[in-house]
Amino acid sequence: MKKKLLALTLALAMSLALAACGGTSSSSSSAGSAGSAGSAGSAGSAGSASGSDGDVISVGFAQVGHESDWRTASTNSAYDVFSEENGYDLVFVDCDNDSAKQLEAVRNFIQQGVDYIIIDPIVSTGWDAVLTECEDAGIPVIVIDRTIDDSDKYVSWVGSDFKVEGLACGEWLKAYAADKGIAEINALVIEGSVGASATIGRTEGFKEIADREGWNILDSQSGDFTEAGGQEVMESYCQSYKGQFNVVICQNDNEAAGAMTAMDNAGITYGVGGDVILVSFDANKPYVQMVMDGKINANFECNPMAAPTVAEIIDQLEAGETPEKEIYVTESWFAAEDNVATITVNGEEQPVIHVTQEVLDGRPY
Amino acid sequence: MSKLKKLTQQKLFLPVFCMLLVLCVNIVYDVAQGNEFYNFFKITITNDLLTGRIINILNRGSEVAILAIGMTLVVSASAGTDISVGSVMSLCASFCCMLVAGFGVSSVNSAEEFAMPLAVGLIGALLMGCLCGAFNGALVAYLNIQPMVATLILWSAARAIGLLLCNNLIVYIRVPEYGVFGGYIGPVPTPIIIAAVCVAIVSVVLKKTAMGMYIQSVGINKKASRIAGLNSKRIIFVCYLVCGLCAGIAGIVASSRITSADSNNIGLDMELDAILAVALGGNSLGGGRFNLAGSIIGAYTIQAITTTMLAMGVSTAVNPVFKAVIVIAIVAVQAPPVKAWFKKRAAAKAVVQKEVARV
Repeated sequence: MKKKLLALTLALAMSLALAACGGTSSSSSSAGSAGSAGSAGSAGSAGSASGSDGDVISVGFAQVGHESDWRTASTNSAYDVFSEENGYDLVFVDCDNDSAKQLEAVRNFIQQGVDYIIIDPIVSTGWDAVLTECEDAGIPVIVIDRTIDDSDKYVSWVGSDFKVEGLACGEWLKAYAADKGIAEINALVIEGSVGASATIGRTEGFKEIADREGWNILDSQSGDFTEAGGQEVMESYCQSYKGQFNVVICQNDNEAAGAMTAMDNAGITYGVGGDVILVSFDANKPYVQMVMDGKINANFECNPMAAPTVAEIIDQLEAGETPEKEIYVTESWFAAEDNVATITVNGEEQPVIHVTQEVLDGRPY
Repeated sequence: MSKLKKLTQQKLFLPVFCMLLVLCVNIVYDVAQGNEFYNFFKITITNDLLTGRIINILNRGSEVAILAIGMTLVVSASAGTDISVGSVMSLCASFCCMLVAGFGVSSVNSAEEFAMPLAVGLIGALLMGCLCGAFNGALVAYLNIQPMVATLILWSAARAIGLLLCNNLIVYIRVPEYGVFGGYIGPVPTPIIIAAVCVAIVSVVLKKTAMGMYIQSVGINKKASRIAGLNSKRIIFVCYLVCGLCAGIAGIVASSRITSADSNNIGLDMELDAILAVALGGNSLGGGRFNLAGSIIGAYTIQAITTTMLAMGVSTAVNPVFKAVIVIAIVAVQAPPVKAWFKKRAAAKAVVQKEVARV
């Protein structure tokens, strides 16, 4: 009995310790993220013209969670744009990747009577009922990043066109190879998570160009968007296709980091002046730095800063205009060398940014 | 004939047989591809490092092998599984990186920027693993909570605590010293060495002391062991503690591989692999007798399947299906009814042969 009591107190003490540990760090973490939101700089100032008429516009934002650097950048962008100085009152809810919690958050927004609701939907279905409630309450809904498939009761969707990212990657590679006099392209692709829209779009886009140009895609396997995954897949590639490949396409930055470690171990050189052309997607700041250092040849951005575009949409709605249903955020392409200045994607000429310290310093995330 | 029979009756026969079967698939594949049949097994030294598929299996399977050690003990002693190990791995990795980098710092690029010496981080991670193990152990052993329910708490909480410790960021420690534990010592991948040392220590302790027998005894009948003079509760508690420690070690290896603490992905679903390793090793999940070597072989069998898939370039979308089919086959072969059926058939055959011989 005594021992049981002892065990009970021990268990209690432990859970308390854990809870306390969680509590303190959560409060300091929120302070930290607020701080970094402030330091994120002038990124959002582009679309901040609204709200000058004195009325505060209240905006509810149901964010997916906080699973990656990219998501943090997206959250910070919202804090930045919908700040009090810009005339907004932002109600931010982090839904921890729980779709039920997200639906609850949106219903709360309706009850609070916010002026606009922004949703980054965790799942693409099951939205019709709650969006109908929003419509009945007369609150316009703007969807960002991920898509809603079973309802069209929202004003606009703002996000990335992953296929265009893939196409841009292909077009850049074509121009780069032509400039360097590389006749044959033997590419290895490290895909993202199976079924993710980013994986599907980027694979499709790159494959379209590869088929058109007659490139050889030796293999295409999933690294699950993680560094460990990229490392393991690349390790296997290095053994299966030793000396047979000259291009490695990683569908996000983390995979590229893993691929670099694997190639280092296998003694394969990459980047500017290396045997292998390394291409990555997402373009988070540490990886843009690697582009500048010449470790990654090119990096294709996936822009998390949807908030400025959302602010423009709100401006349009305030002015009584009807915004477009699908809006793509502008994205930039970064390269380590300046031999390719522009590429033509879908018949549209787009610049390729040669990364310098100045470009790097100007990156908000 | 009798030699073969002796061989097949070895305790480790089926786990080893299954592993060889998986590896044989590669021989068939290589021959079909027109490569040398030993292509998969070739070990070379490239760039002063050992390379080859077998090395890959041993290297990448280390985490699951380390987890399988603790899991085997837990399964044996408490007839239940510790489903928190994957999350605890993530927590330990995050804690280690947080200590070394300092709270809220997302990236460290040289040893001078360390907030604390690396050793503090590593010891901290191991202690954190022990603490989690002790928490689970206390709940299971002293409060008699079902193991799955008790470990469910940390399964969901540990990863989240890790995220909080890292301030919701991926903490990068891009320093070679930290990468050693997931990298190479000389030409040999360090994880292989770490796994080998862990296995060696635990097997020596189990063999040279009566601990192994105590654990089995408690697993078979807790009450009877208590009456026989064993402190059943403490033994179960220690098993969970060791399991937590193993998770801590595995967490450090996984984190060191990528020189960062990616709390969302480190050890994700790895508890299931660890449990599968124990099952593939021919151990009963109902507790009692156990075979550590079997679990380790089971762990490497799982990695052998993954590496085989990668080597063959099986389309990633259908990869889990293949893995499932292989696992079903392996588990089915080891299932008691199937074993009994084989035995019966063999007996019948022997009878027929005897009859034939008589005639």
